[in-house]
Amino acid sequence: MKTILILGAGTAGTAIAHKMRRRLSNDWDVAVVDPSSTHLYQPGLLFLPFGDETEERILRERGSTLGKGITWHKDAVKAIDTEQRRVELVEGEPLSYDFLIIASGTEIRPDMIDGMMGPGWHESVFDFYTLEGAKALQKALANFEGGRLVINVVEMPIKCPVAPLEFAFLADWYLTKRGIRDKTELVYATPLDGAFTKPLASKTLGYLLENKSIRVETEFMTGEVDSEKNLIRSYDEREVPYDLLVTIPPHMGAGFLEDTDLADELAFVATDPHTLAAKNAERVFVIGDATDLPSSKAGSVAHFQADLMSENILRAIEGKELEPTFDGHSNCFVETGHGKAMLIDFNYDTEPLPGQFPIPGVGPLPLLKEARRNHWAKRLFRLVYWHGLLPARPIPISPTMSMAGKQLSAAAE
Amino acid sequence: MSLETVHTDPEGYLANRDDWSEELAQELATSMGVSLTEEHWKVLNTARAIDAESGSSPGLRKISKRSETPIKAIYKLFPEGPAKAIAKIAGIPKPKSCL
Repeated sequence: MKTILILGAGTAGTAIAHKMRRRLSNDWDVAVVDPSSTHLYQPGLLFLPFGDETEERILRERGSTLGKGITWHKDAVKAIDTEQRRVELVEGEPLSYDFLIIASGTEIRPDMIDGMMGPGWHESVFDFYTLEGAKALQKALANFEGGRLVINVVEMPIKCPVAPLEFAFLADWYLTKRGIRDKTELVYATPLDGAFTKPLASKTLGYLLENKSIRVETEFMTGEVDSEKNLIRSYDEREVPYDLLVTIPPHMGAGFLEDTDLADELAFVATDPHTLAAKNAERVFVIGDATDLPSSKAGSVAHFQADLMSENILRAIEGKELEPTFDGHSNCFVETGHGKAMLIDFNYDTEPLPGQFPIPGVGPLPLLKEARRNHWAKRLFRLVYWHGLLPARPIPISPTMSMAGKQLSAAAE
Repeated sequence: MSLETVHTDPEGYLANRDDWSEELAQELATSMGVSLTEEHWKVLNTARAIDAESGSSPGLRKISKRSETPIKAIYKLFPEGPAKAIAKIAGIPKPKSCL
């Protein structure tokens, strides 16, 4: 029996496990290692703080998300030995592999910022990238009666890079519905030089921030959270006071990758941008948020990677050369509030462009433009996630980016 | 290629990264009021190395860890905002998000 061992059973790990199970004979054991007994639909965390999503709908027993023929080791990884082709576990016996897929994702590290986990943590300082954080924030928002609501991205890279902006837009909508928008100052503090950083987006989407009166604090690199004085302080000594702070803390790869030859300083695995093979080890592939690639840390990316990676793993098994097929393709809905959303579709080389995105059987969805259709597509996506993405069933979107429907002229103007 | 002849984008970042040279970096730095020391070079070379290996402009924490220069010290080296200054002088794209 040969083994494909997959570390992590999140979006990426679960999808690639199903892909490989379908493509390989029964001579192969397809196994995942994941210590958690539940699978969380992470896009739901954006809506949960506003009471628009429930824990029941976004959480499933992990066993129910893993199909027949996939072995699940409910354990945590301690270390990888790429020489011996072996993975040490925290509790169980070490596991050997023929091919290894690292799908261990990324996690927020509030502990890395001075004072963030001080007395204000989950009192006036919240994250929404964990279920616990999003639930605590829901309560705090329900009790919020106005003041300064600050959304702070501490540093890049983060998961779902548009989520903090979406949170700001949804907060504007939520506070309007509650009748306390005029009593609330909304501030978006970012380490980048704007809320939008790509040329076309910064040119065409600035109106969103203006219309919603969201003040943007740019090039703000948070050094410290002072939860006694309720303010965040940057390395260049600027201060942004808050009544409620929604922070997106620094992200790092899995603990077992820290300080290894496989990974960089933030524990993201050095990965070939087109073949998805690990750069520093043989027979190791990397998928989803665990990579050090400039592609977005997003579910759609993991899905496209799973499609292309499965072909490359088959090539590797047959001793063939890997193909450089992955182009950084990403496809994301961006909630803009008041029942609307945008769709963006881009890759390593092409920034999000306007136009229409054709989906066979669904119809075209407007690109880089607000539309109600996009909002409903985003809300319905949860079902596509559970029934399409995780079991890696075919979805009518190409894993590499297509220019069909995109207005190229917009970029040149 | 000098500061007068080199192509930059509207925000002042090098249009073509192959145009970069140490001399040009000196000129760029001087134009931004930064006088390059060995400490500056350690940070700039680290940023260039990370960009070359991962294809993305690195965040300050990664530069700080690899160059063993505390973030606070990087701010002292590039007081007008290190993220943009490093990218401009090192001839790499500005740090971006996906939108």
